[in-house]
Amino acid sequence: MSTHAAPVGGPLVTTGTRLFAGIFGLGVIAIAWRLLLGLGSATALNDGYPFGLWIAFDVVTGAALACGGYAVGLLVYILNQGKYHPVMRPAMVTSALGYTLAGVGVGLDVGRWWSLWRVPLFFWRWNFNSALLEVALCIMAYIAVLWLRLAPALLEPYTSGPDSPWRRRAITFSRIIDKLSVPMIALGLVLATMHQSSLGTLMLLAGSRLHILWRTPMLPLMFLVSSISMGYAVVVFESAFSSVAFKRKPEIDMLAGLAGAMAPTLWVVVLLRVGDLAWRGQVGALFAGDGRAVMATLEIVFFLIPIVMLASPAQRRDLGNLVRAAMAMIFAGTLFRFDTFLVAFMPGANWSYFPSVPETAVTVGLVAFEVLAYVVIVKTFPILSGQTLAERQAL
Amino acid sequence: MAATSRLPLEFDAQSLSTVSRRDFVRVCTMAAAAVGLGPLAAERFVEAAANGLRPSVIWLQFQECTGCTESLLRASHPAIDTLLFDLISLDYHETLFAAAGHQAEAALKQAMAANAGKYVCIVEGAIPTKDNGIYCMIGGRTALDIVQDVAGKAGAIIAIGSCASWGGVPSADPNPTGAVGAHAVLKGKTVVNIPGCPANPYNLLGTVLQYATYGTLPELDAENRPKFAYGSTIHEHCPRRAHFDAGRFAKKFGDEGHRLGYCLYELGCKGPATHANCSVQHFGDVVDAWPIGLGHPCFGCTEQKIAFRVPLHTTVEIDRPTPPDTYPPIHAVQGGVSPIATGVAGAILGGLAGAGYVASRKLTPVASDEPPKSPEV
Repeated sequence: MSTHAAPVGGPLVTTGTRLFAGIFGLGVIAIAWRLLLGLGSATALNDGYPFGLWIAFDVVTGAALACGGYAVGLLVYILNQGKYHPVMRPAMVTSALGYTLAGVGVGLDVGRWWSLWRVPLFFWRWNFNSALLEVALCIMAYIAVLWLRLAPALLEPYTSGPDSPWRRRAITFSRIIDKLSVPMIALGLVLATMHQSSLGTLMLLAGSRLHILWRTPMLPLMFLVSSISMGYAVVVFESAFSSVAFKRKPEIDMLAGLAGAMAPTLWVVVLLRVGDLAWRGQVGALFAGDGRAVMATLEIVFFLIPIVMLASPAQRRDLGNLVRAAMAMIFAGTLFRFDTFLVAFMPGANWSYFPSVPETAVTVGLVAFEVLAYVVIVKTFPILSGQTLAERQAL
Repeated sequence: MAATSRLPLEFDAQSLSTVSRRDFVRVCTMAAAAVGLGPLAAERFVEAAANGLRPSVIWLQFQECTGCTESLLRASHPAIDTLLFDLISLDYHETLFAAAGHQAEAALKQAMAANAGKYVCIVEGAIPTKDNGIYCMIGGRTALDIVQDVAGKAGAIIAIGSCASWGGVPSADPNPTGAVGAHAVLKGKTVVNIPGCPANPYNLLGTVLQYATYGTLPELDAENRPKFAYGSTIHEHCPRRAHFDAGRFAKKFGDEGHRLGYCLYELGCKGPATHANCSVQHFGDVVDAWPIGLGHPCFGCTEQKIAFRVPLHTTVEIDRPTPPDTYPPIHAVQGGVSPIATGVAGAILGGLAGAGYVASRKLTPVASDEPPKSPEV
């Protein structure tokens, strides 16, 4: 872990945090609505579409967007690119928050949520042939690993504070975590690889109810690679956001480097996507002219856009361009996941689904909470490294 | 009911014991089920009958064709013999009597005396009122005199058929005998009307068995018809209704539409205005044994204002004369897209994309060592 990280500081109650808290408040009302009056009342879900926005976005897309920790971890620990280490902590914070909210999203989607507590207890009744169980176990384990890895950073204000029995316990705990860091990093990377690909496996199980354009055994690999691309894009976006919000020097060198690392993963996704269609002889389906063909084409186009936008080194050093490319990349990955989980899904004639207002309110509210929690954490705990503006002006 | 059908006509209470209890329960259950009274009714009926409490029935016949009796003879759930010997005690019926003349009249007097205030009086046929009712006389008494005497001492009065209900054929214009229904000459009495030409025997059985079992009469409509049988129109449950809705009509008897079983409305079918259960309870236990089932328009025999008053092939006014232009949807609601939800989602997505783009434009001029200008978060 970087030793140069420091809390950003500053007031926690600002116009921005108030706004996000307000949006989260609306989300809480929608959550209460869903929990008290049931899925049928709060959502547009039906027997044809038993999963909707919360699974497609909060869980599947949310898990991919929370891939920053995984994507940077691959660079830092596997490819030994230590220069990216400063973005590791913020990336892990977004990962921990993102995965936690993905877990909340799954919980809200469970019809009889009041029986959820039985699931971890009655483990001998688990279905070990279930892809969904694998995803659930991986994600829950990953959430635990992420928060444990962050624990030393979150405990720093106490370990560096006045002496007390709790301070000593906190120090001991942090030391144990640090000692375990290598196996924990390895476990974290394995878990993320497993469940990111398994999210693709889930829809593969739908068989012929998945449209031919998406019905491919390559789906898990595409989910895995595109999640890594999205992880880089999110780290870029979040870093730029932090520099704007907290008036810090943008880490443009590092972001340009990440953008460079993103391009190969994007190429892999596009080549996999097109190559798979060609291999299966389904390129014609791309030109069928129906809505699903248009959506699949849009996907591929949006995967290509960031490649073009980040082609030259100069483009990669233009922060605005970098952020736009990251947004396009995030949109492409999100579209791919929405397509696979909702657009490509064909439950039968006459079924239709569009998320209801409460569903959208829950999703937007959870995202607002994520942003709010990120702001509070980086202001309170040593997450962001690099100089603040005040420090630079003092020199 | 082989055992019961061979019972002698002159049986005493003892002869009932020759029927096994099992057979008897079976008959009662069948009868109760046929008229929709339920299994509990059957049990109560068995109890009452075993105690010799079968209701005494006196059946009067005046200006009529015996069609209602004939149709009753063709009922088989329960069969007429079961009805007569096990379920009720039919003490007077001119058509079914072995006795004749004074012997028959004596039986009537005896039954009235023995069960005064308790017996069921069933009236078949219209009662002439013109010239003091001299156009129908039995045993030297006018129909008017007989019905007022017999019905006056009855526990329940049932008018079977359109004639007894409100005059029927004998009352058709110019009504030379001044024929009227039973209720018109029994002021102040409740007369259950079971109209029809002939009346469906099951509608009579249901009413009689309910009275026998519970001592009550079924719920009646404004014209004193039991609602269980006359609550809805023939049109509502007509097997040809689909043709009506699709606009497929027989135009004349024997044309292609008629042979294909199309709707008979344009031939003057009164089904849309006629309240009766003929379309679901056919006659004589033969499938399709009812006018529309045999290819003839309903002539509205259960309606006082239609049968024998509106010409046979005149069409009736109906609430919805034309079938709908489009077929109503047949799919169950299977999710939908709310315009508000679409708008909200669109606004959020558009807002995010717009805000992201505008914000990124501000970032472009920022050099790597310049902090961007922004509001404090």
